[in-house]
Amino acid sequence: MRHILSILLENEAGALSRVVGLFSARGYNIDSLTVSTTEDATLSRMTIVTHGSDDVIEQITKQLNKLIEVVKVIDLNESEHIERELMLIKVRATGKDREEMKRMADIFRGRIIDVTEKTYTLELTGTSDKLNAFIEAVDRTVILETVRTGASGIGRGERILKI
Amino acid sequence: MQISGAEIVVRSLREEGVEFVFGYPGGAVLEIYDAIFKQDAFKHVLVRHEQAAVHAADAYSRSSDKVGVALVTSGPGATNALTGIATAYLDSIPLVVLSGQVGTPAIGLDAFQEVDMVGMSRPCVKHNFLVKDISELASTIKKAFYIAKTGRPGPVVVDIPKDVQQTLSEFHYPDSVNIRSYTPVTRGHPGQIKKAVSLLAEAKRPFIYVGGGAVLGNAADEVRELVRSLGLPCTNTLMGLGAYPGTDPQFVGMLGMHGTYEANMAMQNCDVLIAIGARFDDRVISVPSKFTAVPKKIVHIDVDPSSIAKRVKVDIPIVGDVKLVLREMLEVLKATGAKPNAEALAAWWRQIDAWRAPNSLRYEQSSEIIKPQYVVETLFEVTGGNAIITSDVGQHQMWAAQYYKFDRPKQWLNSGGLGTMGVGLPYAMGAQLANPDAQVACITGEASIQMNIQELSTCHQYHIPVKLVNLNNRYLGMVRQWQEIFYGNRYSESYMDALPDFVKLAEAYGHVGFKVEKPSDVEPVLREAFGPKLKERLVFLDFLTDQSENVFPMVGNGKGLDEMDLPPHMREAQATESDRDYGNLC
Repeated sequence: MRHILSILLENEAGALSRVVGLFSARGYNIDSLTVSTTEDATLSRMTIVTHGSDDVIEQITKQLNKLIEVVKVIDLNESEHIERELMLIKVRATGKDREEMKRMADIFRGRIIDVTEKTYTLELTGTSDKLNAFIEAVDRTVILETVRTGASGIGRGERILKI
Repeated sequence: MQISGAEIVVRSLREEGVEFVFGYPGGAVLEIYDAIFKQDAFKHVLVRHEQAAVHAADAYSRSSDKVGVALVTSGPGATNALTGIATAYLDSIPLVVLSGQVGTPAIGLDAFQEVDMVGMSRPCVKHNFLVKDISELASTIKKAFYIAKTGRPGPVVVDIPKDVQQTLSEFHYPDSVNIRSYTPVTRGHPGQIKKAVSLLAEAKRPFIYVGGGAVLGNAADEVRELVRSLGLPCTNTLMGLGAYPGTDPQFVGMLGMHGTYEANMAMQNCDVLIAIGARFDDRVISVPSKFTAVPKKIVHIDVDPSSIAKRVKVDIPIVGDVKLVLREMLEVLKATGAKPNAEALAAWWRQIDAWRAPNSLRYEQSSEIIKPQYVVETLFEVTGGNAIITSDVGQHQMWAAQYYKFDRPKQWLNSGGLGTMGVGLPYAMGAQLANPDAQVACITGEASIQMNIQELSTCHQYHIPVKLVNLNNRYLGMVRQWQEIFYGNRYSESYMDALPDFVKLAEAYGHVGFKVEKPSDVEPVLREAFGPKLKERLVFLDFLTDQSENVFPMVGNGKGLDEMDLPPHMREAQATESDRDYGNLC
């Protein structure tokens, strides 16, 4: 099953490689990983999307907690949460495709952020599923390039991950 | 006053009360070696290979309550240290390894003797540091010792670039460490402890399974009190030997792949299992599904949450320091007067005694050829069971574990997790330096001993009078045993020809050597080696042993704990007992 893990860790050189090394050494999956500093410059916040049985997810959580630089780990799946991913997608926009792409962008609440005679670059945010759905919805042959950030997640309501 | 980074290293080690540093100099640590030259707070032991430095420091930790320290140079010094670091990591041994690194401006430029030590050691350390800023050097060393010895212990590497060693700075060694992201649990959850006690009180077939965590956590007294006060049967893992006394009648022997029949049968058939600082690893319970085929309730006490529910689901996990958890359990037991039903326990003991009766460690004695088991048994007699024993890896390691009865923790040093051949001699060195008055013997084989034989030179330089008991069967014995059982007697590359004359070799290094070929010579030669005349000397005893001897009992590949291959005298009884297939051995 797909899980989103939120990790608060020390913003130190090498901390990221410890997390990534743990996943590869123990044969866990990383579907996506995003990381950046927080409002507190000494801390990084990481979101890892992974999948595995409950036993595997339990081990992943425990092993992450064991890393000295990891401050806290939560499995966002354990309660209500919000997930967002950003995708930049460059598509061919010529002839009838030009109007069609604009319509599709509107339907998915995307924005056209760069325009040339032959291309549009679109910005879309949403759940990973929504971005997948966009890719499914447009004609594959018009897609020139996609860049995705991987999912970021946060608990709903007053649930927070903080020191 | 400002001092150099190298001097800060030396002063920090002094603050930590370090007695010995095991190491080998080289370009990137010359500054530190120069600072060592100018001090006398600790002694440096010059090994002959960096791997041995780490093993010796590891043994120093294993056989004492202190933290061993190794010092190596960058590049090959660092990579040579890795096997030693991984060995300590797999057995959770506290250790601080200081490695030199090329100067910070040269990092990443493929400089001479540059390797990414932090990157290379990452998967086999508890934590590691690259110190780029002189202001963080002392506090990093403080953190390294703290991390190494707290929680589930482990090795910590501190990589120190040469320019940092040269930079001048004020020295201030912190009194305490506060790492917000690292707060190991100490006390167990009281509710869980109460539940564990009531479970134990309801048990009909209780069993205590004690691992290396009880040794590392200094919980032997508590284990003994628990086992004795309730009259329970107890087993130790390979790493736990000595946590419960090996000569005690309530001890049913080591369990696992080469455990006793009674220990494995009790482990398989118990109804309540208390696991103390043990991790249900593959060499202990073999296949998890076969182990859980007989339903049992499991209490698992461990300081590391990730050890719990890793291979086997448990009913009552208790995360905490084993010593503190056991103390609390004992208090609850005392307060409530809870104990297992006496009749059920007596019946359980009758069953265990029936399993014990045929003596699964019995072997055929010979007057012609030396049996390896006999050497270990005689060593036990001759040393009065008091020696610190180290071993290498293979058949001799298992015989040492089976036939030397360890009565106290930290008396038995071996590479249980990583299974590193070549640890025996450097382990003996580290143990002897940590315990100068103890008798230290290394039980080894002719293959393992050659993996760090150069340390005979170190032993000569520092007058380390360890005794080497070489069970020489001219084979990579455990490999040969597996080839006999699982590979149709095809002994691929497991016979070792062209062995050195170990007696002459020992003499060449300035030591004493004996070759022993007759069973009747085993005892007198051991008595001489451990006698007063040779007390100050390293003695290399080369016993030519039976080449065909196998280690029994044995839980083969994919078998359950109750499907052991048994020694010859038990096979007939076993065959009539059931129609099970016992593999190629019958």
